[in-house]
Amino acid sequence: MTSTFRTPEGGRVDRSTTVEFTFDGQTFPGHPGDTLASALLASGRHAIASSVKLGRPRGIAAAWAEDPSGLVQIEEPFPEPMLLASTVELYDGLVAHGLPGQGRLADVPDSARYDAMHVHVDVLVVGAGPAGLAAALTAARAGARVALVDEHSEAGGSLLSGTDRLDGAPAAGWVAAAVAELAAHPEVLHLQRTTAFGLYDDGFVLALQRRTDHLGGAAPRHEARQRVWRIRARQVVVATGAHERPVVFPDNDRPGIMLAGGARTFLHRYGVRVGSEAVVFTTNDSAYDAALDLHRAGVRVAAVVDARPEGSPLRAEECRAAGIPVRTGSVVAGTSGGDRITAALVAPLADGEVGRADELACDVLLVSGGWNPAVHLFSQARGRLRYDEVLGAFLPGERLDGLAVVGSAAGLLDLAGCLADGRRGASAALTALGIAPAAEVRLPTAPEPVVPAAPLVLWRVPDASGAEGSTSFVDLQRDATVADLARAAGAGLRSMEHVKRFTTIGTAHDQGKTSGVLASGITAELLGVPVQDTGTTTFRPPYTPVAFAALAGRDRGRLFDPERVTALHDWHVAAGAVFEDVGQWKRPRYYPRAGEDMAAAVLRECAAARSGVGILDGSTLGKIDVQGPDAAVLLDRMYTNLISSLKVGSVRYGVMCGVDGMVIDDGTVLRLAEDRFLLLTTTGGAAKVLDWLEEWVQTEWPELRVHLASVTEQWSTFPVVGPRSRDVVGAVFPDVDVSNEAFPFMTWRDTTLDGVPVRLARISFSGELAFEVYVNAWYAVAVWERLVEAGAPQGITPYGTETMHVLRAEKGYPIIGQDTDGTVTPHDLGMAWAVSKKKPDFVGKRSFARVENQNPLRKQLVGLLPVDRQTVLPEGSQVVDFLADGRLPPPPVPMLGHVTSSYRSAELARPFALALVKGGRARIGDTVHVPVGGTLVPVEVTSSVLVDPEGARRDG
Amino acid sequence: MQLIECPWCGPREETEFSYGGQAHVPYPEQPGELSDEQWAHYVFYRDNPKGRFAERWNHNTGCRRWFNAIRDTATYRFERVYRLDDPQPSATELAGPRRSTS
Ligand SMILES: [Zn+2]
Repeated sequence: MTSTFRTPEGGRVDRSTTVEFTFDGQTFPGHPGDTLASALLASGRHAIASSVKLGRPRGIAAAWAEDPSGLVQIEEPFPEPMLLASTVELYDGLVAHGLPGQGRLADVPDSARYDAMHVHVDVLVVGAGPAGLAAALTAARAGARVALVDEHSEAGGSLLSGTDRLDGAPAAGWVAAAVAELAAHPEVLHLQRTTAFGLYDDGFVLALQRRTDHLGGAAPRHEARQRVWRIRARQVVVATGAHERPVVFPDNDRPGIMLAGGARTFLHRYGVRVGSEAVVFTTNDSAYDAALDLHRAGVRVAAVVDARPEGSPLRAEECRAAGIPVRTGSVVAGTSGGDRITAALVAPLADGEVGRADELACDVLLVSGGWNPAVHLFSQARGRLRYDEVLGAFLPGERLDGLAVVGSAAGLLDLAGCLADGRRGASAALTALGIAPAAEVRLPTAPEPVVPAAPLVLWRVPDASGAEGSTSFVDLQRDATVADLARAAGAGLRSMEHVKRFTTIGTAHDQGKTSGVLASGITAELLGVPVQDTGTTTFRPPYTPVAFAALAGRDRGRLFDPERVTALHDWHVAAGAVFEDVGQWKRPRYYPRAGEDMAAAVLRECAAARSGVGILDGSTLGKIDVQGPDAAVLLDRMYTNLISSLKVGSVRYGVMCGVDGMVIDDGTVLRLAEDRFLLLTTTGGAAKVLDWLEEWVQTEWPELRVHLASVTEQWSTFPVVGPRSRDVVGAVFPDVDVSNEAFPFMTWRDTTLDGVPVRLARISFSGELAFEVYVNAWYAVAVWERLVEAGAPQGITPYGTETMHVLRAEKGYPIIGQDTDGTVTPHDLGMAWAVSKKKPDFVGKRSFARVENQNPLRKQLVGLLPVDRQTVLPEGSQVVDFLADGRLPPPPVPMLGHVTSSYRSAELARPFALALVKGGRARIGDTVHVPVGGTLVPVEVTSSVLVDPEGARRDG
Repeated sequence: MQLIECPWCGPREETEFSYGGQAHVPYPEQPGELSDEQWAHYVFYRDNPKGRFAERWNHNTGCRRWFNAIRDTATYRFERVYRLDDPQPSATELAGPRRSTS
C-alpha cells in the first residue's frame, strides 16, 4: 500500500519518519502525527467494519470523537477494545482491526500502570482552541492558578483544521506563542491529550490524560499509561468547541460519506485528501471551505449541493471562480455504491418534495447540516439548554455560577468572536474570584469575518426511495433509522428519554454526538411540535469512554482496599495459618497441620481448647479508652446493664442497643479507675461503636465530661484458653497469683514481663477457664512467643477464628451481626439478665416496652441439633414447621426463622446450629425441619447453650 | 462531588462526611412517660421535605465533629452550616441571597 492520497506537503505529520501498522491483516504506512484514520485514508481506505445489526459496510465518518462509525479493536502492542480510528494516534507496530459493533475484552491482564492526580485551581479552561487559549492567557496573565486541558495531541483546536491567519500569519504561529507563554507561567498547568470527561458539583472536574498510549510499544514501563486528573476549580471556562452535524438521507451510511469539517481536518492537519472526486452537501456556508480547500488540494469537486433555495451568493461566486458547480435548492436524496460510495443522487427540494434525481459520480460525499455546540459539560452541571432556531442547535440557556461557556461551545462560529469570547469568559471568572485582570490582554487580529448566508435547518431529506426511512440512518453505530423514530412516535413516545431507550439512538460509544440533536429534530417533525418541546436527553459523564482501569488507577489488586494485619501477622504466616478477611483485617482462620482440611484442623483446635490449652490472636477486637469524671454516667446510658457499680479491677459484659431497642454491639468493659474504662467491642463494630458514643456525647449530652479514643491498634490481645491455661499463664507471669480466689472470673490484674507492662483479664468467650493477655503491640511477638514456649508441655495450640466461632456457639454466645440482624433485642437473645431494671433509662430501654417487643412470637435465639447427627445445616437456611398431621403446609410454606451459625462440634461429637426461630424458647424440645439440598432435615430445638450449661468450666 | 463546609475545618469533599438525619430532634426528657405512639414518633418518624431541611452532619473522616446544616433537598445546596449549640436559623435569616444552581 502506498499513500496515494497524501498531499505533497502540508499538515502536521512528521513526513521525515515512516511507521508501519497493520489493519485487518494488511500493512500500511503512516507518519508520526497521523491518527489511525488519517493513515488509512492516506492509503485510500475508508471502510472499517460492517454494522452491528444490519451488516452494512461502514467507514470513517469524522476526524475526531464525534465519529459514530469508525470503531476499531487494537490487538498490539496491548489489546484494547472499542476505540475510534479517528482518535487513535498512530505508532509503529500498531495492529488493529475494524469492529462490527461489540468489542472484546482482552484475555490477558493489563500490565500497564494507571494513576490519579489531584489539583486545585482558580480557573480551569477546558479546550485549547482559539477561545480556550484566549481564556487561559487572560487568566494566566492575571496571576491566577490555571489549568488548561485539551483532548488533542497539540493545542490549537479548530485552528489545526483550517487555513486561518492571525496577525497576518498562519494561526499556528500564534498558537505556538500562546503555548510557550503559558509554559512560562509557574501557576499554569497545561495538559494536552487530556479529556475533561465529567463535570460535577462545586467545580469538580475529572479529566483523563492519555500519557503514553501514543507511544505504543515504546511507552516507558515506569510511566502510567493514563492518569485521571481530579480537578477542583473555583471557576470553569468551557471552550469545548462544536461538533458538525450531518443531514440524514437515504443510504447516508456508506464508506466515503463523512462530515465536511472532518474532511477539512484530514486535509490540513494530516495532509490527506479523503478522495479524488467529491460531492459536498450542505445547509450552511461552512462546507464551502471544505469544497474550496479540497479543490485546491487537487480533489475534483463534482458539485456543492446546497439545500438553501438561494444558497450562499458570496460563496457561490468563489466556487464559480474555482470552477466548482453549485446546485442550490438541492439535496442528496440517496447514494449508490458498495464498500465505498460511487455516486450521490442529487435532486431539487421544493416545498418538502424531492424532485427527480441526477446521479453524480463521486468517491466521497461530504456533508454538513450545521454545528452543534459541545454543551456536554454545561449540561452535566445541570445547566438548562435552549433551542436556537437559527443554528438548529441547543445552546446554554442560563448562566451558572462558576461556569462560563465560551466560543463555538456557546454558538459563536467566527474566529474573532471566539477569541474575544474566551477573553470575556476568563475576565468574568477573574472578577468573580476577585482577581484583578492584567492591564490589557491583546488578542491577535483575525481577518474581518464575512457575514455568512443564513443557514437552513434541515434534519433529513424525505425518503423518495420507497424505503420509508429504513435506510436513513440517524445513529450509524446503533443502526437506528428515521423509520425507528417513526415507530417510536407511532408507539406514543413523546419524551426524548423514552425515544432514546426505544430506538437506542445515542447509546453507543459516542453517546449521540452526531445523532442526539438529529433525533430531537426529526422526532419534533414527526410529532408536529417545536424542537424546544422535545428537547434533548440528559448529557451524562463520561463525555468520551473511559477505561475502568483508568478509573481504578492504583486501587486494584491488593491496593483495592486497605489490609489490616495484627502485630503477629508474620508469626501466623510462618505457622501456616489460613487467613480470612474480617472487614479489612486479615485473621488466621485455622492452622492446618500436614494433611488436615479445615474441618479436621478445627476439630483438633477445639478439642485442645476444651481439654488442654489454646491461644488465639484476638488483637482485632475493638478497644475504646473512655476517660473523664462522667465516664460512668455515659456508659450507664449507653449499655443496657449497670456499669457505674463496676469496681476498679473488675470486668462486666455489656450489651448496646439502638434507640429502637435492637442490639448493635456487645463486649466487655474493664474499669481501670474511677474515671477510666476500657471498652472491648466486636472486631467489626469497633469504628461503629466509637462513632455511636461520639454521636451521643456530642449531640445530646455535651455537658458530660468524657473523652473517647480508639486504642484498638495499641493493645495486642491474646486469649489463653482451656483447663490448662492457668498453668501456662502462671508460668509466664510468676508475679501474679492466678488462683481462682486471688484472681476470680471477670477481674483484671496488671503485671510486668521483663519490665514490659502486661494486663491479664479473666474473660472467657469459650466457657473455658481463660486469661486474656493485653500488651503493647510493640511487644506482642515477644509475649506471644513466651506463652507458646511456656505452653509447650501442655501442648498449647494456636487456634483461629473458626474454632473461636465454634467454641462460642457451643456456649450460645451470639456474634452481633451474624446471629443478629438489627431486629433482635437482648431479650430475643435470652439476655434479659444483661438488661438493667434499676436504671431509670438507657438508650433502647423505652423500646423494650413497646407492644411489638412483648410479642411471644418474636424470633428468639435457640440451638438446633440435626436429628441425623450428621448434617451441617447451611447458614441462612430457613426453618419450617410441619402441620399437626406431620405434613408440610401447602406453599407458600410459612418460615419460622433461619439458621444463623452452624458448625461441627468436637465436644458434642455432632453438628449443631444456632437459629432465630419464632417463639423459639417455647419450642425447645420440638422437632422442626430445615430444607437442605432438596430434603427436609429434622432438627431438635434446644437451648442455645449446648456445652456446660452450668458454667462449671470457667474457673478451671 | 460536593464541597461541604465543616464549621471547624472549612470546605472539604463530601466523601469525608456522613449524614445524621433530621436535626433538632432531641432525645425525650422522660422516655418512660411517653405513650408507645409518642415514643415511636421519636424513634421512627422524620420529616422528608422537598426544599430546606435542617440536618445533622458528621465530618467523620476529618475532625470527627458533628454539626448542623440547612440543605435544600431538591438542589443539594448547603445554605448554612452551624454549630450544634447555635439555634436553627430562621426563614428570615435564610432569606438572603441564594446561590443559583451550579
Ligand atoms: Zn471538620
